[in-house]
Amino acid sequence: MPPSPPSPPSPAESDWEGVRLHVVTGKGGTGKTTVAGALALALASGGHRVLILEVEGRQGIAQLFDTPPLPYEERRMAVAPDGGEVFALAVDAEEALLEYLDLFYHLGRAGRVLKKIGAVDFATTVAPGLRDVLLTGKAYEAVGRRKAGRRTYDAIVLDAPPTGRITRFLNVNTEVAGLARVGPIRNQADSIMKLLSSPQTAVHLVTLLEEMPTQETVDAVAELHEAKLPVGAVIVNMVRRAPLRPAELTAAAKGKLDRDEVAAGMLAAGLPADASVLDALLDEAAQLAERVALEKRERRTVSELGRPTYELPLLGGGVDVGALHELAGELRRQGAA
Amino acid sequence: MAADRGKARRLDIDAVIDDPETKIVICCGSGGVGKTTTAAALALRAAEHGRTVCVLTIDPARRLAQSMGLTVLDNTPRRVPGVGKSGGALFAMMLDMKRTFDEIVEQHAEPGRAQAILDNPFYQSLSSSFAGTQEYMAMEKLGQLREELAVDGSEQPWDLIVVDTPPSRSALDFLDAPKRLGSFLDGRFIKILLAPAKVGGKAYLKVFSAGIGAVTGVLSKVMGAQVLTDLQTFVAALDTTFGGFRERADATYALLQAPGTAFVVVAAPEPDALREAAYFVERLAQDQMPLAGLVLNRVHRSSAPELSADRSMGAAEQLTERGEHPLTAGLLRLHAQRMTLIARERHLVGGFTSAFPGVAVAEAEAQGSDVHDLAGLRAIGASLTE
Repeated sequence: MPPSPPSPPSPAESDWEGVRLHVVTGKGGTGKTTVAGALALALASGGHRVLILEVEGRQGIAQLFDTPPLPYEERRMAVAPDGGEVFALAVDAEEALLEYLDLFYHLGRAGRVLKKIGAVDFATTVAPGLRDVLLTGKAYEAVGRRKAGRRTYDAIVLDAPPTGRITRFLNVNTEVAGLARVGPIRNQADSIMKLLSSPQTAVHLVTLLEEMPTQETVDAVAELHEAKLPVGAVIVNMVRRAPLRPAELTAAAKGKLDRDEVAAGMLAAGLPADASVLDALLDEAAQLAERVALEKRERRTVSELGRPTYELPLLGGGVDVGALHELAGELRRQGAA
Repeated sequence: MAADRGKARRLDIDAVIDDPETKIVICCGSGGVGKTTTAAALALRAAEHGRTVCVLTIDPARRLAQSMGLTVLDNTPRRVPGVGKSGGALFAMMLDMKRTFDEIVEQHAEPGRAQAILDNPFYQSLSSSFAGTQEYMAMEKLGQLREELAVDGSEQPWDLIVVDTPPSRSALDFLDAPKRLGSFLDGRFIKILLAPAKVGGKAYLKVFSAGIGAVTGVLSKVMGAQVLTDLQTFVAALDTTFGGFRERADATYALLQAPGTAFVVVAAPEPDALREAAYFVERLAQDQMPLAGLVLNRVHRSSAPELSADRSMGAAEQLTERGEHPLTAGLLRLHAQRMTLIARERHLVGGFTSAFPGVAVAEAEAQGSDVHDLAGLRAIGASLTE
């Protein structure tokens, strides 16, 4: 066989070749929606089409991209610098159920009657498992959707419920098993489960270098493993760079920073060097040292999980669309997309 | 005016918890703002001020639970050791949602029927994962704890209850869930499902009677016939045992409006948390719920506020450029970061207080690490009242 031609030079290989569904979860307050948005942008670059799905009715995606609330309709939210596109959809369980009924049973008017008498509300309320099947079902449908022989979306990013509920949310099969042992809903759950537990899916966990979020991440990884769901990356968000050198941090932790040297520096810079200002600066350094030590412990905990790990910086000015692009670039550089 | 931003009335936490008229304190707010920690810190402080307090926590972090001696989820208040040298006492418990629901069923249905409900797959699904169940059960538990609340010197285990609220998708879910569950169980669709058992029922059933066959037909097609049978059994069981479900929800709701209840909205100086707090404050006013004020967690402070971010940063750059005093330059950069963060927080909080000038605010300083013990909770209580 002739040697294959050299492949064209590509930027950093993605760690997630073959993954079509990226599920993003994280403890409340870790910035999971922001990370989901940045990941969608990162996946779109290179001219890809990416759909980001929101399932908690919070309209967090609209806020993130600074647009009015999303209707139940796929909307283009952003373009990547080289022509890729990010679409978004806020999935509504009731609408999804009607859509599903219409698709499989051509209900039309009967569907509306069901809604009018409260059956749709009832179905999505009493059986949360059903609700999850409908929400994850939308991701399943989007992954498989084709138009003119071509995939509609290259990747789907699912802004999923928080880590505490993620396994139950994705484990639709078990959820539904007690309710429907046979029938179309069961079949649908089986197909979704097949996708969710396949190598086409990766569940990424967003965390901070703080005790509670890392603990929840560790717990969630164990639960996902148990449920045989594919754990993706750990994304450490809002990482701050310490402005002091390691030796200085060590001294600060012990309260042994050179106070006279700091005073001399203040005077050299034309700043006040009275006792209260020096106390304040040294105290802030001690607090930083404490935080850095804690972060070091948490970083070790994260690395012991043995998953690909990416770190995103804390953005001083808050998150706007520009910042999202910056985070997306960071994710690409580290191999997340 | 920009200069006025950030000026808020101070929430006097001690005045709230020390007032013997205050019987129930409810901590609410969005997830991840330290609601549970705040509830625990307020309860501990009240207990150390001599009150006998019961704190109901929902899904506390492991370390926090351990700090109060809570190791098992047993749905019963346990006395927290090491509290009460000054006459007060602290009882703490974690809510067990499913168990609370099971107990309601066991109390209200005759034994055979209760077992049938407990075994029904729909009941199991509803009691362990219905989005509003946790909220409803928190309310239910609060109602139960209140029955053990001492009023006018009566002999009861506690005279103050502090409640944490479930980590809802949105802070408002807590207020809405009981009604949702109540109206849901009273809903038209449930009546329709019950229709076969109540032939000759109400007028609207007749209107829909033509459609019902089609509806149940569709349902059995979609969910399978067995599911429909389970569902009908479940609904019929609920209907007979929970005739008063709605009334219970209404009673709990009324309880929240009664004098002696104080709502504390918990937030952190972050846009999402403050937006949720704003919704909640509006909603409490709308529903005439008594708001004590806002607790703002994780606020940053500096002991050298006169040294601005710009001035520190400029000086640090100057030193670095001259290749002098790298340690001082580093400390100044650190200080500049902190002052920038403080300014951002003040701006966000200022936005809130100019929208709600009447809402009193208490702030707790950001702690270096999470709470592990009673000392950590004490420090938060102290920080709130500084």
